[in-house]
Amino acid sequence: MPQIFHRSTNALSKLSIVVGALLAVGAIFTLLVLDRSNYNTGAFVDVQQPVQFSHKHHNGDIGIDCRYCHTAVEVSSSAGIPPTATCMNCHTQIWADSPYLEPVRESWRTRQPIQWVRVHDLPDFVYFNHSVHVAKGVGCSTCHGNMIQQPLVHQVASLKMEWCLECHRQPELFLRPKDQIYNAEWQPPSNQEEVGLRLKKQYNVMTAEVLTSCSTCHR
Amino acid sequence: MLITNLQARPVVLLLCLVAAGFGAGCRQDMQDQPRYEVYETSPFFADKRASRNLPEGVVPRGYLRDDDHLYLGKIAGGAGGNNTGAAQQGGAVQTSQTAEQNIVGGRLDTNNAVASPGSASTQSDPNNVDTFPFPVTEEVINRGQERYQIFCSMCHGLTGYGDGMVVRRGYKRPTSYHDERLRGERVGHFYDVITNGWGSMPNYAAQITPRDRWAITAYIRTLQLSQGARLEDVPEAERRQIETGNAPVLPGGQGTHENESGARGEGNR
Repeated sequence: MPQIFHRSTNALSKLSIVVGALLAVGAIFTLLVLDRSNYNTGAFVDVQQPVQFSHKHHNGDIGIDCRYCHTAVEVSSSAGIPPTATCMNCHTQIWADSPYLEPVRESWRTRQPIQWVRVHDLPDFVYFNHSVHVAKGVGCSTCHGNMIQQPLVHQVASLKMEWCLECHRQPELFLRPKDQIYNAEWQPPSNQEEVGLRLKKQYNVMTAEVLTSCSTCHR
Repeated sequence: MLITNLQARPVVLLLCLVAAGFGAGCRQDMQDQPRYEVYETSPFFADKRASRNLPEGVVPRGYLRDDDHLYLGKIAGGAGGNNTGAAQQGGAVQTSQTAEQNIVGGRLDTNNAVASPGSASTQSDPNNVDTFPFPVTEEVINRGQERYQIFCSMCHGLTGYGDGMVVRRGYKRPTSYHDERLRGERVGHFYDVITNGWGSMPNYAAQITPRDRWAITAYIRTLQLSQGARLEDVPEAERRQIETGNAPVLPGGQGTHENESGARGEGNR
């Protein structure tokens, strides 16, 4: 009986095993990269809002504290979106005729809230709480980035669980002194780990075992 | 039979992987559960808001305003035994209660809680108290400083001269705290203005809790004391430093023990 396959197919079949394995690994790798990509997570994508509100201007140029508007950040799970009344504290007199602010004045007149577009949307099975984070030394910019550089707000983090765990496993790399929590431009000092460990103790931050336990964030 | 299995295994594995790839992210039921998040829209209500205002008359836990001294800063005739305002008492207290009720009823729709600027009164209420409803400690002053810098310094300036950033951008300039009239006002007046607004100033009842309003009031007294201080008020040991121009500059205008005890004294006078 004559041979069906030429002798060279021996090499080809061996090669196909290697190539097949490489393709499989490549496919998995591509999927993982795509999953973490900004395209998928929505990070660094500016979100258009009904009012051209600029954090860069209000927080950076004017110097208004985060808590002037986000009044609930220290006491509630939600940092709080300011009501139209907070805008009108100043804008009854400043830029009172600006066409950019017409949606705000319309909301004021009609008593209908401005419909802001949510930028950070965690899955519903995660129970995030702003107040505990700011109370334990996690500053705004650790998660939100430098707001002074964001005329339009975007996510700077993937908001994936692995991103949360980066800090929950080693909070000392991110903790800062209490008076720096609302400093948008805070940078970790060169001895951050040393300072962080001290702050971790001072703030009674839970152990990594507790912080990475399922029920800390999921219920 | 054995050979067939071995040949089929990678194919099955690959198919599983492809299926997993296609299946991932197809269902978002866990991500978007049938419950409302804060500020979420709801098709059920006419105004599309899932966060509802409390029904009228409801008092949430922690919002019972049963202490006039603490929550209104007013007691009939004031705390100084001044009875000249007794006739106005009813009206004045009524106004304040309305503002307080708005905070309760309108925590999410604080449009309700703000009286339009200009409608606020322009004469200080004779029923204003002249004492703090709780002891003014170092902690209270520090809290007041922090809250003052968040909410007040934008217009009133860090030292209270009325030269804040928002004023420099065109808002009507407020009276300096170091003005003769304001130095003579009772502490209840400052609480009243934060709670109900004054002239061009909108009320801050929705943004600042009653205890924090008192803390801010204590800090305003601290500012008044520090800006009106004379050389004789400085302890003798440190006086020389000022005279030689070597006085240490405190970061962020930290209130000293000197200021604090002074404010307490003034509050209780």
